[in-house]
Amino acid sequence: MADLSVKIDKLALKNPVMTASGTFGNGVEFDDFFNVDELGGIILKGTTLNHREGNDYPRMAETPSGMLNAVGLQNKGVDYFCEHIYPKVKGYNTNVIVNVNGSTIEEYIALTERINELTNVDAIELNISCPNVKQGGMAFGTSCPMAEQVTKEVRKVYDKTLIVKLSPNVTNIAEIAKGVENKGADSVSLVNTFLGMAIDAETRKPMLSTVTGGLSGPAIKPIALRMVWQVAQAVKIPVIGIGGIMDATDAIEFILAGASAVQVGTANFVDPNASVKMIKGIEDYLERHNYSNINEITGGLQL
Amino acid sequence: MKKEVSNLLVTKNIALNHDNFLIELKADSPVEQILPGQFVNVKVEKSPNTFLRRPFSVHDTYPSTNSFSILVKAVGDGTEALSVIKEGQRLDVVFPLGNGFKLPSKGESILLIGGGVGIAPIMHLARISKEKGADVHILLGARTLNDHILIDEFKRYGTVHLTTDDGSLGTKGFVTNHPVIDGKIRFNRYQCCGPDPMMQAVARKAKQNETECEVSLENMMACGFGVCLCCVTKTNEGNKCVCTEGPVFNINNLEWQI
Repeated sequence: MADLSVKIDKLALKNPVMTASGTFGNGVEFDDFFNVDELGGIILKGTTLNHREGNDYPRMAETPSGMLNAVGLQNKGVDYFCEHIYPKVKGYNTNVIVNVNGSTIEEYIALTERINELTNVDAIELNISCPNVKQGGMAFGTSCPMAEQVTKEVRKVYDKTLIVKLSPNVTNIAEIAKGVENKGADSVSLVNTFLGMAIDAETRKPMLSTVTGGLSGPAIKPIALRMVWQVAQAVKIPVIGIGGIMDATDAIEFILAGASAVQVGTANFVDPNASVKMIKGIEDYLERHNYSNINEITGGLQL
Repeated sequence: MKKEVSNLLVTKNIALNHDNFLIELKADSPVEQILPGQFVNVKVEKSPNTFLRRPFSVHDTYPSTNSFSILVKAVGDGTEALSVIKEGQRLDVVFPLGNGFKLPSKGESILLIGGGVGIAPIMHLARISKEKGADVHILLGARTLNDHILIDEFKRYGTVHLTTDDGSLGTKGFVTNHPVIDGKIRFNRYQCCGPDPMMQAVARKAKQNETECEVSLENMMACGFGVCLCCVTKTNEGNKCVCTEGPVFNINNLEWQI
């Protein structure tokens, strides 16, 4: 059987399949479906310093081969996370990663310091790419100087693995990836959702309460794949590929483009078992192509 | 009951009228554990424009064959594709999801109200309520005579009252125009599923008549098990997911302007 283990900085993953923030709850929602420990890692729902109610309903619209969402980082804040969620997830035998959000650099720092105290949180994913919040979020991820600054400040207070989640809503994603690498990011994950919108022609109204939202699903896969490929050429740190990955073949494509690992997002909604099925599919692919180690195909695109 | 993703055998697909279909599915886990008001999320194959699953209330369970049914109204690409599924084919279903209606105590009088395809969970609730020894009244609303379905089946479990928008069957008007809702029976509870404006009108009646009232919401959702956080409704404890905290809510917990 092929060796699927990969490393993202200090993080050892038993396989390259992780689940994307905001699509996997806190993991426990999937306990009925499969053993979450089988995954390479889970990225928990985005956490903020203070409680957030999120945006008004409607928060989603189905679109061709995908969906728009405008949840707006609904979560109960870091105190609730530490008291009520952390005790439930700290026993998982997989990498538990917290997705960290702020509207100011001070908030990112304060939140990171709290998460840093939690022994069994193995890494943070710095979310500078949420398109659904009025302040902060994507504003940090679409400006190279701001992305660099928040990475630099968070790096000062966090010793474990720091992953920075990039926004695709930029002209040159590789430039931002290089910027955060220079300021101490251990890895970059990409892409977050694409800013989009949907209109109901009959009512002449937007489908989302916020008018615009984040597009995800297979519809974005070709663009995400291109961005992962460009970023993988530009940086030396490991790249985590995200964007419309529905099955093992999709995951392999991202790995060939240069991703060391992948995150499964919207697919979790369509098939709660999508992520765990993918592990077997990747194994089968490696066997079929006579590889004994997943790392042999990372960035293995034949040009 | 533990949630599961299963590829279930279609044992029946009955056309009830021009656009309503009753699809019966055979389960492996015991269907007695499915509660009235719970729902299932169905993957739609052969429908390129349908990316997400489609949620359906469990219409009824059939313990003797360990199967359950869903009521599908063909209104869009996804439901059209489901409506033509044949006996012997399979459907990929996530179930059971959400929480059920409150079940009555023996001797309680309850008014179960369904509008349009919202009548779906009322059958299961009516049957179980009758088994619990309640005095069951069922009030069904539809646009016209031709849109009313399953009336004889409902009659097995309680006294049926009907309305139509055009007066072609039963009382003319909305369910809230039917005399049973303000009549001499003091109901312990109204339990309702249908379009939001109908449920809000029922909720207003419930306030006026000082009657407990539960409604089953059907907000748009992506996952159905509490991770996408898209199907929220405002409650007096903040935004709650309809899929995991509902779909059945007591109206006192909702922030409805009624």
